[in-house]
Amino acid sequence: MEFETVIGLEIHAQMKTRSKIFCGCSTEFGAPPNTQVCPVCLGMPGVLPVLNRQVVENGIKFALATSSSINRENRFARKNYFYPDLPKGYQISQFELPIAEHGAVDIEVDGAVKTVGITRAHMEEDAGKLVHDDREPVSYVDLNRTGTPLLEIVSEPDLRSPEEAVAYLKKIHAIVRYLDISDGNMQEGSFRCDANISLRPVGAEELGIRTELKNMNSFRNVQLALEFEVRRQRDILLDGGEVVQETLLWDPDRGCTESMRGKEEAHDYRYFPDPDLVPVVIDDAWIERVRGELPELPDARRKRFVADYELPEYDAGILTSSRELADYFEAACMLYPNPKKLSNWIGTEMLRDYGPETIAACPVTPHNLARLLNMIEEGTISGKIAKTVFGEMLATGADPDAIVKEKDLAQVSDEGELLNAVREIIAANPEQVRQFREGKTKVMGFFVGQLMKQTKGQANPQLANKLFQQELG
Amino acid sequence: MKITKEEVAQVARLARLELRPEEVARITSQLDAILGYVAKLDELDTQGVATTTHSRDIANAFRDDEVSQSLDHDRALTNAPLQKGEYFVVPRIIT
Repeated sequence: MEFETVIGLEIHAQMKTRSKIFCGCSTEFGAPPNTQVCPVCLGMPGVLPVLNRQVVENGIKFALATSSSINRENRFARKNYFYPDLPKGYQISQFELPIAEHGAVDIEVDGAVKTVGITRAHMEEDAGKLVHDDREPVSYVDLNRTGTPLLEIVSEPDLRSPEEAVAYLKKIHAIVRYLDISDGNMQEGSFRCDANISLRPVGAEELGIRTELKNMNSFRNVQLALEFEVRRQRDILLDGGEVVQETLLWDPDRGCTESMRGKEEAHDYRYFPDPDLVPVVIDDAWIERVRGELPELPDARRKRFVADYELPEYDAGILTSSRELADYFEAACMLYPNPKKLSNWIGTEMLRDYGPETIAACPVTPHNLARLLNMIEEGTISGKIAKTVFGEMLATGADPDAIVKEKDLAQVSDEGELLNAVREIIAANPEQVRQFREGKTKVMGFFVGQLMKQTKGQANPQLANKLFQQELG
Repeated sequence: MKITKEEVAQVARLARLELRPEEVARITSQLDAILGYVAKLDELDTQGVATTTHSRDIANAFRDDEVSQSLDHDRALTNAPLQKGEYFVVPRIIT
């Protein structure tokens, strides 16, 4: 039997704000435990949470970027449950009237474009962190993260394969980073993803029984966990069994999912409006102001790269996969106006060591990369030498002119200087000279190779060809 | 009856309260009386009236995104029944 995979993702993006959602504690990552807490986020009695305006602003940005409708009246609700990382006994979230609903983004898998629905996105607070003791039956609680603003983004069950799920996740990741509303760091947990996944016979309308996957902290782990779960569910169904609806944890070390059996009970969150937080009313003026401040988004930028720089779709897709990389490319392109060559160089040389998001940390500035490529165009260095120079630039951050000068790597384009060497090579290789004169023009490669060897690759190849032709002719 | 013993037991469980059977019986009848009293409101015709969540008609109480002083680490932990180093300590819930 053939099955169809149905996946929906729940993404939690930590918002990039200086302070928490309902109090002024810092959201900085990595501080010593329990040093960024106050009576509000510790859930002391009698405190009053007050909403950070920037959180709403970020929510509006996301809604506009994903063609979502914005609820003009927003409310916060209490989601009640007990867990040691949640000091109040409830999480302040949104239930009815989330900030954004009915949005969509386009993804592309294997050349086919597909629109994925966004059910909703809402504002809420993050919980703390638990560290479990290895020996004692206790856990340690760090509440620094408690109250960090989150945007929870829920997709429709529109995704039909692990590849589509990862493409969608990457698209949302790119959007929040372009909008600068989240730093999207999956390792540090500022961009997290849970997946609901089920299988159904091809052609069936009704959804199969789903499981929920958690603990996937990289794009690769999301892909691997979903692939594993597709296989696991398919095996159960082919054996005539029934998938158990449960929450599963991905174990990246063992490469399998693991049941949280018994650790969970049926949830009954008893949402109700939080009386401490007054409604948020978003008017047209606010929305229009935010719209006016939106940056160019990944899809638009990619289209512009294809149109303006005449780049292939593939190149444009890679270059616009992060705002930093796209900025880098455009800065270099202003100084070196050959977009395709620049794209090739970035693709093959730079992205080997730096990812689209870490490009800003690369010691080679756009200015220096453009200079290096211009030096090839001008004939100052060969393409081959350029790679040596580039390696040095990566290691030291020095500018290419200084490196070429210091290491004496400039191409030899002086006829007189090369002519002696050319004559010596001809004199030393009578056999090859005979072959050449008999019409074996391929031997030219041998002569040029010899010259390159003698000049450590610094001979200007066009000039070398010309001189051998002239001397042998 | 506005509420059953089973519902009371369920609410108690969600609130992590341990009730003896006689307490369940007593609280059920007390809650039943309270809910019966509140149910008087059902007699009002509220069709076309929006749900009220806040008693005062205000909206948009915001703070600017600025960092303010957090509590001293020691003070943050003062009320904790159990603490170790920089952490609150709780019974382990995941085995």
